[in-house]
Amino acid sequence: MKSEVMTNIIDGSGSEALLKVRDLSLSFFQYTSGLRQTELRIISNMNLEAYSGEVLAVVGSSGSGKSLLAHAILGILPSNSRLSGSMEYKGQSLTQEKKEELRGKEISLIPQSTTYLDPLMRISDQVTGSVEKKDKGLMRERQRDTFQRYNLRPDVGKMLPHELSGGMARRVLVSTALMSSAELIIADEPTPGLDERSLDETLRYFKDMAKKGCAVILITHDIEAALKISDRIAIFYAGTILEEARIEDFTNEGENLRHPYTRALWNALPQNRFQKMEGHQPMQDELNGGCVFFERCSIRTEDCSKDIPQLKRIGEGLVRCNNVS
Amino acid sequence: MSTAFPMNNKGLLRPLNLRQRTILLIILMSLLVITILTSSLYMDSELLSTNFGSKNLAPSLEHPFGTDWMGRDMLARTLAGLGLSIMVGIFASTISTLISVFLGLFSSMGKTADSIVSWLVDLFLSIPHLLLIILVSIGLGGGATGVIIGVGLTHWAGLTRVVRAEIKQIKTQDYIHISRNFGKSYVWVARKHILPHLIPKFMLGTILIFPHAILHEASVTFLGFGLSPHEPAIGIILSESMKYLSAGYWWLALFPGLSLLIVVLAVDILGENLGKLMDPKKAHE
Amino acid sequence: MYLKGENISFGYRKDDLILNNVDISLGSGEVLGLVGDSGSGKSTLCKILAGYEKNYQGTVSIDGKKMPSNAYNPVQLIFQHPEKAVNPRWKMKDILNEGHVVSQDVLSSFGIKTSWLERWPNELSGGELQRFALARALSPETKFLIADEITTMVDAITQVQIWESILDIAEKLNIGILVVSHEKNLLKKVCHEVICLSRINNAGLYNELAFRDMQNASLGGMVPE
Repeated sequence: MKSEVMTNIIDGSGSEALLKVRDLSLSFFQYTSGLRQTELRIISNMNLEAYSGEVLAVVGSSGSGKSLLAHAILGILPSNSRLSGSMEYKGQSLTQEKKEELRGKEISLIPQSTTYLDPLMRISDQVTGSVEKKDKGLMRERQRDTFQRYNLRPDVGKMLPHELSGGMARRVLVSTALMSSAELIIADEPTPGLDERSLDETLRYFKDMAKKGCAVILITHDIEAALKISDRIAIFYAGTILEEARIEDFTNEGENLRHPYTRALWNALPQNRFQKMEGHQPMQDELNGGCVFFERCSIRTEDCSKDIPQLKRIGEGLVRCNNVS
Repeated sequence: MSTAFPMNNKGLLRPLNLRQRTILLIILMSLLVITILTSSLYMDSELLSTNFGSKNLAPSLEHPFGTDWMGRDMLARTLAGLGLSIMVGIFASTISTLISVFLGLFSSMGKTADSIVSWLVDLFLSIPHLLLIILVSIGLGGGATGVIIGVGLTHWAGLTRVVRAEIKQIKTQDYIHISRNFGKSYVWVARKHILPHLIPKFMLGTILIFPHAILHEASVTFLGFGLSPHEPAIGIILSESMKYLSAGYWWLALFPGLSLLIVVLAVDILGENLGKLMDPKKAHE
Repeated sequence: MYLKGENISFGYRKDDLILNNVDISLGSGEVLGLVGDSGSGKSTLCKILAGYEKNYQGTVSIDGKKMPSNAYNPVQLIFQHPEKAVNPRWKMKDILNEGHVVSQDVLSSFGIKTSWLERWPNELSGGELQRFALARALSPETKFLIADEITTMVDAITQVQIWESILDIAEKLNIGILVVSHEKNLLKKVCHEVICLSRINNAGLYNELAFRDMQNASLGGMVPE
């Protein structure tokens, strides 16, 4: 992907993206049989731009490796992985050192599971943990406000994680992200197993954060959840982004959507047509160099099996397909 | 960003990946231990006989470890002693493992069984090993049998605790319930689902008990409660050499002691590296 | 044939019951939905009905007969996380055929490729593992299927595929299904009826509150065009 093509192709107004991910590829080295080490590609040629004040959802099926995107941005990948491509944060290259410096301060993760809380540490210490000592008093004040906003009693601060209910623990995690002066918030699968009310509540927190000026990246398999609060939705499929569309495009029969997969996904929702599409997402070792969607595609041509199509801009969105315009 | 891997670098000289290095190390360590064991088993007994014509010689090319006050070659004695130590270690750690397999599986039978096992584990962990080995060893009339059983009876507690925790964890897995729901018997589930998870733990446990067993054997023998003074055990060699240290015969203690240390380290490295291969979490690094 | 749970109560402490006198009944060929807030005891109820949880009060029976133990259970339970339901040291073909030899029909109905059978569980995604878990549970001896949030973690297209296969096989084998889900839209599409399990007061007591019919049980949306 040429970077000049990518620059500001989403946001025509020309305002700078807070985080730009270009051509990101991630592979793992694994021992297959005996002593041979093979490279397994999980993410290939991924492009993303996150803007302040916006919620960007990355939607893909579970186990497809989209959580690793969050780990790549935060610099917490395991040692047998290899990352290529570039990331820019506020116009500066995001190196491993930079990631470690920003992690928990300007870039904050809301993890998938509430087991991320330290079981032996009081809640208030965990929530205010990421700030410097001199601001402690001020932070206590802010903690009280934040807790009040998220319907947490003041004495929650004195509790240990095991005393919290699931919903409270989730709200604590959200408060932690808010208390740090994070500008980029990455939420990794924050919604599974929540009933409708808790789900809406959790999603509202993310929307609130965006309203406060944060850039929020919501990584989820649940497109319905993404539709409720996002400004843009990126569809992650077999290790890459097939389409990035504005939320307004998800209407009616999906005629405004550009990629056939996105349209099928939209029509498969229970509240829409609950319509089936044959086939399954290819595993990484089943890919053969062509378009990742080739086998299931209804509008494919011969060219599609030769090369991975480039991500191109159509209208307000991005699409990785040769045959739409 | 992350470690660079030389993927295109082919040929013999390319850097080995971790798994290859691990396996190489395992092979080297096993070779060392096996060489010592076989050389001690097939050693010409004349090498151990006394020769007063060449007593108290410092290390030389002819006698790399020197000779003692009766003119015996110290290299031969050390090898024989190490062989004996390894044999004792193998028997003792096997006994320990068998006990922990039995108690581990027993603990999974029910609540009462479990509390009996954890009580036993706590009891044995609270008694100093050395004391118990000496007691058992004397009680059984000393000698190799006494030491082996003594060491074997004292080293199972740690492994039993690991096995018990592991079984508890596996039993909560959904696939165990599903198997039961398919009408499989408890024994079938234990054999097909639980035991395969435990076998690597047992193998590793045995290997990691081994260095402890050897060292305990040597120290008990050193204190005079273990193998009989006629056997060329490392413990015996060390305690005898104490009398000659002040006379400046440093090689009598240094080389046998060092060799014992090297064997213990070699087995420990072997165990650690096997563990690396078997641990699925670390296996791909 | 009816699977009945009567007067079921469950709690870790006497004064804090998670389930309090719940009655539930599921007939052969019926597709019954179950909704309720997080923590209302839905999963516990599922485990009790499938015989996983044994410390409860009340009775679970099929046509008045108690559930068999140490034999194939005609009530099979499927969970939200299929990766926990497979032994990571077994190949997929061994996992699949643990209970009985799964027929080719069922395999193709769930879209399970033959090449997947030689793989290990960690080489498949959650959606694919869930297909295996279902194919394994839907034997001719299975009379009732309890599906506890089984498509919560998969994408929308896989969800349709999975549900279409289940309903298809269940109809052929006359299996009754209890569908637990937070997603009301899904329940509207797949269930004949939906019941609700919810909290009634703050003392921690739960009860069966409402039993309501969903609008017509048409599966019209399921039919591919």
